Formats: sequence, structure tokens, C-alpha cells
Amino acid sequence: MASDSNSSESQRIAQQRLRIIAGHLQKHKDDDSGTIATECKAEANKGTVPRKRQEIMKWNGWGYSDSKFLFNKKGQAEFTGKRYRLSGMVLPSLQDWFENTFGASVNHKSPATPALNASAVPPASLNEAFVEDLKATGIPFSHEAEDRVFRAHGHCLHEIFALREGKKFERVPDMVVWPNCHNDVVKIVELACKHNVCLIPYGGGTSVTSALECPPEETRCIVSLDTSQMNRILWIDEKNLVAHVEAGIIGQDLERLLNESGYCTGHEPDSMEFSSLGGWVATRASGMKKNVYGNIEDLVIHLKVVTPRGVIEKSCQGPRMSTGPDIHHFILGSEGTLGVVTEVTMKIRPIPEYQKYGSVVFPNFEAGVACLREVAKQRCAPASIRLMDNEQFQFGHALKPQVSSIFTNFVEGLKKFYITKFKGFDPHQLVVATLLFEGDRERVLQHEKQVYDIAATFGGLAAGEDNGQRGYILTFVIAYLRDLGMDYYVVAESFETSVPWDSLCFSLLLSFFRVLDLCRNVKERINRECKERGVQFQPLTSCRVTQTYDAGACVYFYFAFNYRGLADPVHTYERVEHAAREEILANGGSLSHHHGVGKLRKEWMKESISSLGVGMLQSVKDYVDPDNIFGNRNLL
Amino acid sequence: MASKTLYSQRDPMLKRDCFEDILEERRNSSDLKYALRCYAPVLYKGVTPCKANMLKNIVLQSDQLHYVINQVSQESGEAPDIIQEEASVILEEMAHRLQISTVRCFAFALSKAFKTLFQHVCVNEEGIQRLQQAIQEHPVVLLPSHRSYMDFLLMSYILYTYDLALPVIAAGMDFMGMKFVGEMLRMSGAFFIRRSFGGDKLYWAVFSEYVKTMLRNGFAPIEFFLEGTRSRTCKSLTPKLGLLNIVIEPFFKGEVFDVNLVPVSISYERILEESLYARELLGVPKPKESTSGLLKARRILSEDYGSIHVYFGQPVSVRSLAQGKVNRSTYNLFPRHIPRKPMEETQSFVNDTAYRIVRLQEDNMVLKPWVLMASLLLQNLEGLELSVLTEQTVWLRGLALSYAAFLDWPDQAPTAKVVSSSLALHRGLACVSGDRVSLVVGEPLGPVTPEEALFNRAVSVLSCASYRNQVLHVFLRPAMLAVAMHTAASSKKSEWPGLYNCFSFLWDMFSNDFILCPGDTVQDFEEACYLLVKTGAVQMPQQDIVMTDIGQPTLSFFNGLLEPFLQGYQVVCRYLCEEASEGLTEKQYIPAVRSFAVKLILAGNLRCYEVLSSDMQKNALAALLRMDAVRKVKVADQVTLIVNKMAVNSIDDILGGKLPTQKALLARL
Repeated sequence: MASDSNSSESQRIAQQRLRIIAGHLQKHKDDDSGTIATECKAEANKGTVPRKRQEIMKWNGWGYSDSKFLFNKKGQAEFTGKRYRLSGMVLPSLQDWFENTFGASVNHKSPATPALNASAVPPASLNEAFVEDLKATGIPFSHEAEDRVFRAHGHCLHEIFALREGKKFERVPDMVVWPNCHNDVVKIVELACKHNVCLIPYGGGTSVTSALECPPEETRCIVSLDTSQMNRILWIDEKNLVAHVEAGIIGQDLERLLNESGYCTGHEPDSMEFSSLGGWVATRASGMKKNVYGNIEDLVIHLKVVTPRGVIEKSCQGPRMSTGPDIHHFILGSEGTLGVVTEVTMKIRPIPEYQKYGSVVFPNFEAGVACLREVAKQRCAPASIRLMDNEQFQFGHALKPQVSSIFTNFVEGLKKFYITKFKGFDPHQLVVATLLFEGDRERVLQHEKQVYDIAATFGGLAAGEDNGQRGYILTFVIAYLRDLGMDYYVVAESFETSVPWDSLCFSLLLSFFRVLDLCRNVKERINRECKERGVQFQPLTSCRVTQTYDAGACVYFYFAFNYRGLADPVHTYERVEHAAREEILANGGSLSHHHGVGKLRKEWMKESISSLGVGMLQSVKDYVDPDNIFGNRNLL
Repeated sequence: MASKTLYSQRDPMLKRDCFEDILEERRNSSDLKYALRCYAPVLYKGVTPCKANMLKNIVLQSDQLHYVINQVSQESGEAPDIIQEEASVILEEMAHRLQISTVRCFAFALSKAFKTLFQHVCVNEEGIQRLQQAIQEHPVVLLPSHRSYMDFLLMSYILYTYDLALPVIAAGMDFMGMKFVGEMLRMSGAFFIRRSFGGDKLYWAVFSEYVKTMLRNGFAPIEFFLEGTRSRTCKSLTPKLGLLNIVIEPFFKGEVFDVNLVPVSISYERILEESLYARELLGVPKPKESTSGLLKARRILSEDYGSIHVYFGQPVSVRSLAQGKVNRSTYNLFPRHIPRKPMEETQSFVNDTAYRIVRLQEDNMVLKPWVLMASLLLQNLEGLELSVLTEQTVWLRGLALSYAAFLDWPDQAPTAKVVSSSLALHRGLACVSGDRVSLVVGEPLGPVTPEEALFNRAVSVLSCASYRNQVLHVFLRPAMLAVAMHTAASSKKSEWPGLYNCFSFLWDMFSNDFILCPGDTVQDFEEACYLLVKTGAVQMPQQDIVMTDIGQPTLSFFNGLLEPFLQGYQVVCRYLCEEASEGLTEKQYIPAVRSFAVKLILAGNLRCYEVLSSDMQKNALAALLRMDAVRKVKVADQVTLIVNKMAVNSIDDILGGKLPTQKALLARL
């Protein structure tokens, strides 16, 4: 691949091409169509994420500092802030649900340490020569403890728990750099190679695989490369429906900016508020609406990646190529072990004319899964279709805000009566599928009918738009809820897998799906492990099917328990999750559908992709990064 | 937890539950009321019971069956509809039609019958409680020992009594011959399988899907006999793996979280079929099961059969057993509805599990004092003094207890009373004349030929042996070591590597006759040493195993215990070396060995009657085949036995103690 001289050559060409494109743009500016482009550093940063993330985000929990759940003096749950639909609302049923589900009590608090204890942070061991050279480039950097600690973790339970407890850190990055554009990254990587410094790319910081953890054995200076300031859309090509975007942009900014021009990517992972485009590429992310728009690997047209050996990119943007194995696939899912993704050309779509939520209630999880399988078989899945199990359904209900009008309450009551009494659904069995349709109005309505008709054959009843929408709101606030749980001795985490459908019986009454078997066995394994490991309270295990494919489904598990009485809840938690993952693998599930491997699941890589497969990946790593500059030690 | 109990070093002080007599209540309250009482068992995770017809439909519609139907249709050229019809016929022939009314009839009739036949029917209630718990949590497979036709009626009867879910039971097709009874059994939960259907893909598919459907849904506990058939000798039989494979597979495929295997040990103080079995072993074919035959059997109703002990063992979790032994993810790359031969890893796991379950059955078999007395009587065929018998029985009781035998010895009664009441119960087998106790030989009417006399004597020896056999599993390992010590050296002292070779030879030789888990030779040897040292029969200074002064009676008893087997195998060897003709077929083998032995006995050259047992003859042949001393060759429709006379001869010599083990092993090669 490109040597250093080649790479600067290609950069020069790229710059030139950019200028030419920009020139074209100037010409067509008034045409109201064509391409819109921005040049590197041409305008002020208008992204959501500041360099000092801690100014707007929690340093020891999820999301914005102003948004959190709490139990007020009356014991009622509230969600603070103004950012979300639930913000500022009172959730009257949450306390009951919380106390009953976990055996927890609002009187037993386990508060977090209020502020970062700087003495718990190991001092920065800086590579002076590197710092000197970096200064000369003018790229901003910092070695303040708060900046370093913020980039030393993702959002795994053990990471957040340690922050809350104020535990001493074993290893954190020694400094943080904020490149502003591709060329800055090129410079940083060159300097890192020159001075043998370890680089760990940092995008949105939403990893749940220990991918951001600094390897404790790393003796070199560790530099966290925060891409958040590389957040511009460089150009939009409306002819080909692609946009060229800097990889540090976070999901919500990307959608917002594209929306301003009438477009969207349609890529909406649950973490899209904070996760970055580069992070999606590096972990093979999947979006909620992949049925219409595809997963990240379907959306990427072109990648620019800075590696210790130079810059990798393709020579054209053909929609498909037969040029040997796709080099993009070395980068997709490489988890920051090969280099930094700096710029991505990805597909865009006009904003859909019409969007409609929906929901279907099924008598039980089995019927729901059978329906989803049928929908996938007929290839008529809406933009999103998700099936929550009964536990999650009840959880969703506990999050209902106080109803303002008596009338809506009455209607809700009627609906409940109809479903449980008239239709005979057992409230402790029934499950709900949430749906999101997108497209032009007529087609959406037609599509909706088709899906509801299929659902009806599996005993499903349409349960309204509201229920559907609430299901999707839940995905954005659930991470905030974990912080609430941790305030009251409850630890929680989620994990995911993908698994073939494998239906076993024709009969509607009795269907055996591998999906179902996996869900049941994993839940049972968790319950059993918790019991064996001395967890005093019944854990909450809940799952949902979040994606459907022709050949299988993505299943997402939530798992939480009250840890009062346990000496080392995190260790207990980790052992249980480990057992759950083994159960998943034994039942035909994959190691991960979209979270990635990181360091958390490395031990199963050989089993998952064979030792030959690991060897192939290793040899790519050895070629691209022989000195292990990108030394986060993920994946392999 | 279960795995620990199963694999830990066998604890000599096994904790066992207490028994309760379920007949007691029957003797004090109305049988009719009992048969009509409310019966509402708890089921697996509260599933609703499935009607027999619906169950059939589920099986017939299953993907697994359809796959095989299409496959068979392609191979045979028949239309799938026709094959489907065939499958439906097979299922019709197989399926149970459990009806609570029939069960109630049985409950009534069996109450009456049990009360006349038996003194007590004892069940360990804690085991029942464990079972009840297990049934709610996971699909349960009941694995009772099989000594009598009574077994499965008894099992259902007990489960009904304790308000537990009634099992569906795999029964041999031969029961179907009894028209009325067959249908009654079907309606009390039996399903019928052909004895052999090796190559019949369709049959296998219907059968396995039927069993798996019941298991996966937890409709009912599944019950079958690991031993495959009733043991005519009262020794546990080498387990059959077919059904066990079927019930374990849903766990490997992740269709169920776990499967619980519950070993059940049913011990009879007196077996209903006692002399029937002996005759059968001696070559009188067993009467074909027929209803009229069963009626004739009413004669038995007038006799006393003592008590029955049923012990429900600790449920064994397949999940914990398989932990670290079977990699379940190897099932991931194959569609679950396509039938597949189990992988090697799985096969050996299932085999291992089967053996261990049978050993658990053995461990919890209740032994009566008579079993010890029978062992002693068989070593003194000419009879012995009552006082000597009593004294020796007490001695043997101590030995058995220190080897963790599950002995049911009446606590308060004086020894003499225990011995005399045992003799009274088994007066058909042993009699006291003067103060001498000896085996009873049935007095035939009219004049008898020497052969007939010999035959009569053999019946009583084999009947008696079936009681001795019940205790063999307790003494087997130390006894084999005792034989090894005896064979390996006439001197008192011997080095253990040589002893181990001899032990392992015997272990290998006898592994069809006894339950010896494959691969456990070393462990068994250690256990044997441990037990002999524990009771002071031997000492082990460094490399040696030395008999102690007080060890003499123990070791000579052990030698006597296995003597019939050693002699029997030797007779078989001698026959094969001396008499067997070139083209000896497998069919001719048993009658030929029998008449060879008869000749030897009549000539006064052999005093061992047990070699007349076809069971021993078959086991000896199987051992020789395993050791490559004999080969089977299929010529036309006949299977012929090719004998390697040198090898057989040297095996004979080792058994007779004329040749050290190692040399013989070399000779074989």
C-alpha cells in the first residue's frame, strides 16, 4: 500500500480535486442543485461536542449533565432537563416498578462520588519530544486530569461503576489531542510513529466493550486522539446521493445538518446522540432503520483512513467493485487497531415524506417472534420493527408520564380492558412489537396494512401509535435509567447477539425458534448464575428482538440486579455476563451483532472466527501498524 | 451440584434417604376412594397437558419428520403422501393414549394386587420431593432399573400415589401381543417401540421426534429402561444408548435449558419371575406374552413376595454433566431439523453418562439379608450348618456395610430371627433339614434322567445366583483385586504393577458381565485397594500389596464369589479350543457350549452350574470378540465364528492362573 511519499502525493491530488470540486460548486451555487462542499477549516465548528466534554456531559454517567432521572421528595420519579420528550415530566409508576422488580427501596441510596478526585489519576507520563513537535503543528492538546479521565473509559458497567466509586485508575491516556481535519491527523500519526507514542482514537466514547480502556501494560505515552472537532459535512453530492463527511461528526449533528439540506442518512443507532461516524465504521455499527437504509457497511461508499503506513483510500467511488477482497472490510470493525478514519463518503436519502409509528400486542413472545420471522420472510419489514418481551413491556409502562387529561386515561383504560379481558391476553405474558414506517404516505399506509395483516394471523392486535413511539423513546433514555439504578444499589447492562431463526414447527400453536430457545436459555442461565453467585434478589432479565434479517435476528438483552449484600458486585456482574455470553455462543448466537469485540470479548475471537481467521487479521495489523502505534489492543 | 456427586470420589458413607411404606395407607383406607381421588399433578413450568391426538399432529407436522419423509421419498421413488401415511401408521402403532380413567382402574387393581403380593412397598419420600421440584423446573427423564414386568406399573402407581405427573413409558413391542393388556398399558401411558429398527430411517425419525416432542414441551416425564430389557440375572445390564441419545439431544441443540435424569432403583425382595428367568437362561424359551398366560400367572398371587424398595435418586443435570465435555456450539452449523449422527464427543459423553446412571441405580439398590445368605450358600453348594451360616452372614453384613452397601437389615430383630425369616420367605430356594441349610432341588414327579436332574439343580443354582448377583456391584472391585492377587502369585506378597495388569485383564474380560465404566480401570483399581486396605484385608507398604493375617476370610470369600465367572469363562474357552468345529455359527454357539458343559458336569469334571446360563455364555463370547480372540465372519446368511485357538487358549490359562498376564497379552499379539 501507499508509502509515505505516495500518501502525501495522494493527499496533494485529493486537495487538488477538492479545490476543483469547490470551484464547480461556486459556479452552480445558484442552481439550487448539484454539490455543496466545505473546505477544511473553512468555517467555525458548529458541532454539539466541545473539546471539554465535561462541560455539557456527565463525567461519571450517561449523557448530558442536565438530564437525569431522580426520585423527588415525594418519592416520585422525574426526568430533569429540557432535551427529551420525557424531560421535566413526572413518572408516577416508576417507583413501584423499580421497588417491586428489584426489591430495592428509594430509601437505600448508593450515591456516587460527587467529583473527580485528581489524586486518583496517575500523573501523565509525557513524551517530551512528541509534545514539542506537536506544539509546532498548532494542534490543540491537553494533559489535564479531567480530560484524560474522560477518555479513559466507555460505558461498560465496570467503567462507570469505578468512576462513581472514585476508584483509583490504573492507566489513563497521558494526553488528549483534538485534530481539526484529516491533515492534522496525518501529522499526529506521523509524529506518533516518529516518537513511538501509542495512539487511541476516541470518537463518541459510547463503547461498551472496554475498547477505550488503556492497556495497563502499555509503557509508552498514550495519546487519546479525540475526533470530535472533525465534524463537518465537506460536501453533498445530490446527483449520486452521497455526502462526504468528516468522521468525527456525531450522529445527531450529521442528521441535523443533512436535514437542513433535505437529506438524511437514515443511520440511527440507539447511541446516535453521542456516537460518531468514525466509531460506527470502526465497530460495524447497525442502525435502527437498517431495513430501509442498511447497516454501516451498506452505507459507506468511500473511506479515508490514516494509518502508520500512510493513508488508505480507494481511487473511485463506484457503487460496487470487484477488486479483490474489499479493503473497506479491513477497516470496518477494526476497532481503532489499524488507524483513524478521517473522512467518509456515505449514502444519503431525501428525508421521507411521511413517518408513522405503530405497535402490535401479541399474547406471548413466541407468537411475536413467529410474526417477525414471517415479516422477514416476506421481506416487508418496516424501517424498524422491534419486539419487546413482557418484562420490557411492563418496564415501558412504568415510564408512562403522568397523564394530563382524564380522557386519555379513560381511553388507555378501555384499551387495556379490551386487550386483557376481552381478548384474554395475560398481562404477564403479552408482548409488544413497535414499528416505524417511512416513505410516501400512500405506500406507508399500504405497508402498514400488510404488516398488521400478518400480525393478525399470529394473534397480534394493533395497539396504537403512542405505544410504538414510547418504545423508541425508551431506547434513548434507558442508559440514563442505569444511572438512576446505580444510585439505589442496582447494576445493569445490556448485551446483544445475532442468531438464525431456525423455526422448527409449522404449527402456529407450537413454534420452536432458535431465537426463542436462545432467549429462554440465556435468561435462565443468568438467573441461575445470579443465584449461584449469591445475588440476593431476583435479577431482571429481559430481551428484545431489535432487527430482523432474511436468515436471522438481532437479540438485545437487558440484565439488572440489586447488589445489596454483595462484596464485589462488578465482579459478580462480569462473571454472570461471561456465562451469559457462553450460553449465547452455545446456542448458536454470534459474539456480537454491532457492539464489537473490544477487549471484553477478545477471548472468544478464536472460537468465533477460527485461529486461521485471527491469523489473517493479525497479519493485516502487522503490515499496517508494525510498531503497534494504534495500541488499544482491541480485537486480537 | 449433581455433577459433583456423580464424579467425586465415591463416598463410602453415602447419605441415603429414609423409606416410607405406601401400602400402609392402602391397608387402612378405601382403594376405591383412592382410585377416584382428585389427581392434579404439577407440570413442567405449568404447561397445559397435551391431548394424545394433538401430540400426534405436532409430530406428523414437524419439520424433522417432513425432512426425512422427503428424503425417503426421493430414495424409494414413492410419493411423499404415501410415506407420510406410513409415518402416520407407525405413529399410530407407537403412540400412547394416556387416559386418567385407565390409570384409576390400574390404581384400584394394583392396590388390591400389591396388598396380597407384598408386605411393603417402600418409597423414599425425599426423592419424591426432589422429583416434584425437578419436574417443574426442567424436562425429566425417569430411568428405573429393570428386573420385572412389574417395574413400570409400579412406577406409574407410585407417581399417581404422590400426585406427580404420570410418565410416558417406552415399552417393547412384545407387550402388544397381549391384546387387551397391551391396550390397557397404552392407555396408562406406555408407548411401544419395535425391538430392532436399525436401518429404518422413517421409523427412527417418527420415534425420535415423538419422544423429543414430549420432552421439549415437558408434557410428561419420559420413562425408559437404560438396560433395554429385564435383567434375567439381577445384575445390571450394559446400558443401551439409543433413547438416551434422543432425550439428551434437545439439550445440545439448545431446545431446552437442561434435562434432568432421575435414576430410580427398584429392588424386589423376591422377584415374581425368579424361576422363570432361570429356565429362560437355561434355554427353555420364555413363554410368549399372552393374556391367558398372564391369567395363569394368578397362581403367583397366593405367594408372599416380601417387600419392594423404590429409591428415587438425586436428579442428574445433563447441563452440569456436559459442562466442559461437549462443545454445544458444534451444533450451530447445521440446521436443527436435519437428523445427524451424534459426534464422537457426544457419543462418548452419552455412553459415559449411561454407565454412571446405571451405577447410581446400583448404589441405591436395597439389599436384603437373603442376598448375603445366597452368596454364602452358593459357595457351599453341599449345604452348611445353620449356625455357621448365621455367623458368616453377620460377618458378611459387616463387610458389606463397610463397603457402603445399602443393606436393609431389621434393626431390632436378633440375627437368628433375621436369618430364619429370610429362609422362610425363600423356602422355594433353600431349606433347613436338621440344622443343615442347603439349596432346594425341585423334586420332579416320576423317574428322571441324569440330564433332567442336572437341569433341576441348575434352576435352583441360577435362581439363587440371581440374589447373589444383587450384591456383586458392592464387592466387585475388591473381589477382582482379590482374584488378581490369587492368580498373580501363590506367594503372599506381590508387586502392584503386576497386580494392576492382572486386575485390568479381569476388568476388561468381565466388562460385559458387570457395570464397569469405560476408561475407569485405574479409578476402579484404586477403589479396590482403598476398600481392601480399609477393611484391613491387605496392607500396602510401598510398591506391594500384602495380604494380612485377618484378610484371609475376606479374600477367600471374594475368590469364591467370582469363581463361577472364572470357571464359566474357562469352560467357554475350553470349548472353543477343544470342541468347536470349523464352521461354528453364532446360532449354534449357545446350545453347543451348553451341551459341552453338561457333558463335563455329568462326567464329574465340572461343578459349576452357572456356565449353563446363556447370559454368561453370551458375555464370555462378547469378551473374546472384544479381545480379538474370536472373529465374526458373515458367510451367506450365517454368521460364523472364527476362533484364534492360541489366543483363546492363553486367555484360558490366565483365568486358570497358569500364565502371568503380560505373557498372555503378548501371546495374543
